[in-house]
Amino acid sequence: MVYLTRKAEFSASHYYHNPEFTPDENVRIFGKCNNPNGHGHNYTLEVTVKGAVDPKSGFVVDLKQLKDIMNREVLDALDHRFLNKEVPEFLALVPTTENIAIAIWQRLVPKLNSAQLHRVRVYETPDLFVDFYGEA
Amino acid sequence: MKAHLTRRYMFSASHRLHSDEMSEDQNRIVYGKCNNPYGHGHNYMVEITVSGPVDGTTGMVCNLVDLDGFVHQHVIDRYDHQNLNLVQEFHENVPTTENLCIAIYEIVERGFGKTHLEKVRIEETMMNSFEYSGEGR
Repeated sequence: MVYLTRKAEFSASHYYHNPEFTPDENVRIFGKCNNPNGHGHNYTLEVTVKGAVDPKSGFVVDLKQLKDIMNREVLDALDHRFLNKEVPEFLALVPTTENIAIAIWQRLVPKLNSAQLHRVRVYETPDLFVDFYGEA
Repeated sequence: MKAHLTRRYMFSASHRLHSDEMSEDQNRIVYGKCNNPYGHGHNYMVEITVSGPVDGTTGMVCNLVDLDGFVHQHVIDRYDHQNLNLVQEFHENVPTTENLCIAIYEIVERGFGKTHLEKVRIEETMMNSFEYSGEGR
């Protein structure tokens, strides 16, 4: 079993707000992330797949194929978007880094057929990242 | 859905690696220039990884304000710009980065009750790092 990680970057804006909370609760829980006009980050995405090395190609996965899937399924949808308003998952879900990692996992899993998805890591800033391994 | 959240923190501190259980010569052989009696310092980078279910209403594993507040008060303020050998847990324990990992793990595990502590990872320099997940406790 070999693990392969591919990185990508996307920039997006978001804000944290849950309509089930009162305005006071939203401010208390989410702090400055609750600003309804949004704010942005340069996100770094790391997608790790695992599998046996194909004896003919020497690959775990065709990198070009993985890159195309990441571009099509993730970057085209998230890059330079206001996540709360333009990405379907976040119309009714707070776009925290946790939920972004889970959403990216769910976008990728059905599209990856040759390799098995192992981990999605999303850096919101260099000092904060979330790992999702598909655990329930 | 269970996710892992990692937050990075920095602090700067000095230390000297020296064990009273070894002779002066043995200390010099084992610790090399880290045994310099006047000590030396590092910029430490600490990664704290917590894990748990993503809360359905907040979208969070744990509120970063709570984690930052705890770590700053109980870890960073304790070690930043200090001589580690003079901090209580290193009076009888060599302040290697291994032992520092364990000490920080114990502080967070004991005091931060809001979510499960998964791992403490420390980079002493860009060239070395250490991890402790509570194994063998």
